Amino acid sequence: MLELVTISALNGVLYGMLLFLMASGLTLIFSMMGVLNFAHASFYMLGAFFGFQISQLVGFWPAFVIAPVLVGGIGALVERYGLRHVHRHGPVAELLFTFGLAFIIEEVVQMVWGKGPADYRVPPSLDFTAFTAFSTNYPAYKMFELCTAIAIFAVLLLLLARTRVGLIIQASLTHPHMVAMLGHNVPRVFMLVFGVGTGLAAVAGVIAGPALVTQSNMAASLGPILFVVVVVGGLGSLSGAFLASLLIGLVQTFAVSINLSVADVLGGIGIPPPTGGILSDVWNVTVAQLAPIIPYLLLVLILILRPTGLLGTREH
Amino acid sequence: MIAPAIELVDVHKSFGAMKIIHGVSLAVPAGERHAIIGPNGAGKSTLFNLISGRFTPSLGTVRLNGENVTGLPPYQINRRGLSRSFQVTNIFPRLSVWENVRCAVLWSLGYKYSFWRGIDGLADVRKRTESILDEIELLDRRRVQAGVLTYAEQRALEIGITIAGNAGIILLDEPSAGMSTAETEGAVALIRKVSQGRTLIMIEHDMGVVFDLADRISVLVYGQIIASDIPAKIKQDAAVQTAYLGTAA
Amino acid sequence: MSDIATDIVKVPAHADVRPPRTAALARLAAPWIALAVVFALLPLIFRSGSSLTMLSLMGIMIVFALSYNMLLGETGLLSFGHAVYYGLGGFLAVHFMNTVIYDRLPVPLFLIPIVGAFSGLVFGIIFGSVSTRRAGTAFAMISLGLGELVASSSLILRSFFGGEEGVSTNRTKLLHVFGLNFGPQIQVYYLIAAWCLVCMVAMYALRRTPFGRICNAVRENPERAQFVGYNPQAVRFIAFALAGLFAGIAGALAAINFELVNSSAVGAAQSGIVLLAAYIGGVGAFIGPVIGAIVVTWLEVMLSDITDVWQLYFGLLFIGVVMFAPNGIAGLLTMHVPLLQARTYRPLGRLALSYLIALMPALAMLAGVIAVIEMTYHRSVKASDGATISLFHLTLDTTSVTPWLAAIVLAAGGFLVFRRTWPIVGAAWHDAVLAAQAAEKRR
Repeated sequence: MLELVTISALNGVLYGMLLFLMASGLTLIFSMMGVLNFAHASFYMLGAFFGFQISQLVGFWPAFVIAPVLVGGIGALVERYGLRHVHRHGPVAELLFTFGLAFIIEEVVQMVWGKGPADYRVPPSLDFTAFTAFSTNYPAYKMFELCTAIAIFAVLLLLLARTRVGLIIQASLTHPHMVAMLGHNVPRVFMLVFGVGTGLAAVAGVIAGPALVTQSNMAASLGPILFVVVVVGGLGSLSGAFLASLLIGLVQTFAVSINLSVADVLGGIGIPPPTGGILSDVWNVTVAQLAPIIPYLLLVLILILRPTGLLGTREH
Repeated sequence: MIAPAIELVDVHKSFGAMKIIHGVSLAVPAGERHAIIGPNGAGKSTLFNLISGRFTPSLGTVRLNGENVTGLPPYQINRRGLSRSFQVTNIFPRLSVWENVRCAVLWSLGYKYSFWRGIDGLADVRKRTESILDEIELLDRRRVQAGVLTYAEQRALEIGITIAGNAGIILLDEPSAGMSTAETEGAVALIRKVSQGRTLIMIEHDMGVVFDLADRISVLVYGQIIASDIPAKIKQDAAVQTAYLGTAA
Repeated sequence: MSDIATDIVKVPAHADVRPPRTAALARLAAPWIALAVVFALLPLIFRSGSSLTMLSLMGIMIVFALSYNMLLGETGLLSFGHAVYYGLGGFLAVHFMNTVIYDRLPVPLFLIPIVGAFSGLVFGIIFGSVSTRRAGTAFAMISLGLGELVASSSLILRSFFGGEEGVSTNRTKLLHVFGLNFGPQIQVYYLIAAWCLVCMVAMYALRRTPFGRICNAVRENPERAQFVGYNPQAVRFIAFALAGLFAGIAGALAAINFELVNSSAVGAAQSGIVLLAAYIGGVGAFIGPVIGAIVVTWLEVMLSDITDVWQLYFGLLFIGVVMFAPNGIAGLLTMHVPLLQARTYRPLGRLALSYLIALMPALAMLAGVIAVIEMTYHRSVKASDGATISLFHLTLDTTSVTPWLAAIVLAAGGFLVFRRTWPIVGAAWHDAVLAAQAAEKRR
């Protein structure tokens, strides 16, 4: 039991960190540019596939560096030639642009790499057991993922708080017009933020790819959860995104290992099972089966109890 | 004794650490034309926002015709008979002039969320919209998209939307802002006409307009009312002169 | 107070004066009667089975897309999960049909869409009460999340959603009325066409109500709407429920047409298609989603026969519309209406000519891009099928450099020449607008 809790906690935190790696870039882009990048999970997917392809050619470690840079570069170009052009048509057009982009990226990935999973493997240098907790072997690769995520956050925090560019970004987050009038090249800052944001998503893809499945439906399955994270955390709040990422990461991971069903609970106290139909389905569903939809249930809960999100600011 | 149309009782408003309104108390009796003047940044628009429900007071009470409306959302305050205009034109840009005013008359005529009645057949809606447009002299511009009107026309539309609901209490936020002398004269005539028999509270910088229209004037400086009296007395008040009007000519 | 009566008399003749009742009614009904005639006569022109199927699909999509535009075009609500109400309408319809068949209830097939309407309304109210608490981007993400919630639930609630195979039914086994068993597609077409017409009239009429007008106001400036007495959240909620109602009807029509509903009907892909259809057609006009539904259905059927990567072309078309024609096809058409009304034919002719001039390099560019896409697809996924593909009636060897080079040159060269034609089109447009304005002044 304790073993299960420890391992699940570790996995949950790891999953939460990966989510935050993506949600942070998404939140930064949203706060700065007012557009929610619907294609954010697609850049994550590109990171995984680029990482896979490049590691086939030159190995994992070069891929770890090159792939995010490439994807970030693509992101910057998308901002420069796509998003910036659409900006004048309003926020709906911007969101729809990123929506169309997500669609196209998925189709291109399918076209180039096919619909099946790519054989993206954990590199031999990391393919060992880090430690053994109780009776489970905890793989070193997962520790690597965790450490990478934490390292990146530390670097980001330092960049934002201590460098000039970081200060400009912080200012542009709340007062983009003022920053522009002070002479800073705000469009270039936008391009940088979009590129870095998507690059972060790509890093998540590069490191998560070998552990999870690298397949053309990655973006479609992770995307909605990502958006739930930012809405639950509060649109535009970085700390809210952090909280929500951890929350969802932990809850989903723990849920997968719980095989309790409504039947177990209610049947255990003597209530007879319903006969057939929807009630029977609900009766027999286990918490583990509910795991994929837990983020959405959380979303509904937050909307009822606290519509602006956990740490969100009041909408005007 | 009839309750005042608008009553503010020790109202405070802070935004985080910034305190904008420092304990304002004001009572505007029904039917009065009241002007609020003061230097920029004094908190006049904030006061309007507090009265109309756009902001909630940090402390204090707002009363409308004696009823406590503190903290109510804007649409509820509007339904109780208060309507306001905005300093920065706040219209429905892609709707026609006609539509702009028509949307503003619907609730007051009782049509609410009705989706079972054709709007083109509603004679009272049409009549009222026509009469409002006629008053603000935009009747022959009624098919024009509001967003492409000239500035003065948009300001007129702004007032039109405000008076369309037949509210008993009207708040006008710098109605003559950006207008030439001739346009201002027209605006003053319009304001005088539409505020007949209603309560009017007006924020203005144009002293000519203020002394022309107001029954009483309140002076707001740094979030506090330093004087509130009839125009003649305000002109002579030393504190007001120092803070705002400059020494008497 | 001025004398309002005399002031009104001064107003020009084409104002909102009331014409006699019957004339007004006739003028209102005329276009709809014409449409009904068109619907009735279409099968006589397009006689084949596949054409009838396509027409039926178009009818369903028109209702679905119009219901979507009640949210986006009218109230400014961008939803990524509208298929939920479509799909649930379909599921409730098939279950109801199966109950009718099993219990031999005297319910004819053409009343089944009412079940869809009921389903759409109820679920619209339930989910809408939660969704419409936010607006804008948050609302869009919530709609996405709720859509995923329902789609994922389909794996859990197997008895309702029928698992992977879905729920099937037999439309011919309901009560036969007037000798119609609705087995042949032509009978199904007429059922769909009739319901489509009814829904079109209803949704058009909704726009001309106080509620419909306020939806536009809330879309334009939700804050000001508050200050004229309206609660934007209540407006959005009602719009959401009504949009769900019509989406449910579309879903029921689809259930009748396919005699099968599976979980893809509530899925993200289905939500995406209706969004595409409405947007490509144009969200700013009532006829926009109608055009979009027709175009998207036609493309879907035609393209999927020609190429495997038709979805990529869809995505590119969509992005093209978002970037260069955000008001959709309807917007492009209505842009020209004032020019046509001015009857300045010379400049209009020159404008049409400039369009033709620009069209040619654009087509070349498109051909090049399509060639690259098709060849890439062939090389990466279908390489085992051999080296050659057939494209534009040409046989291309994907392993040799020549077709690749040709395609890239065509694409790049086409683009460069196309860019050169933009000023020509711009100048012709400018001239046409000026001429139209001058003509208007002379009136």
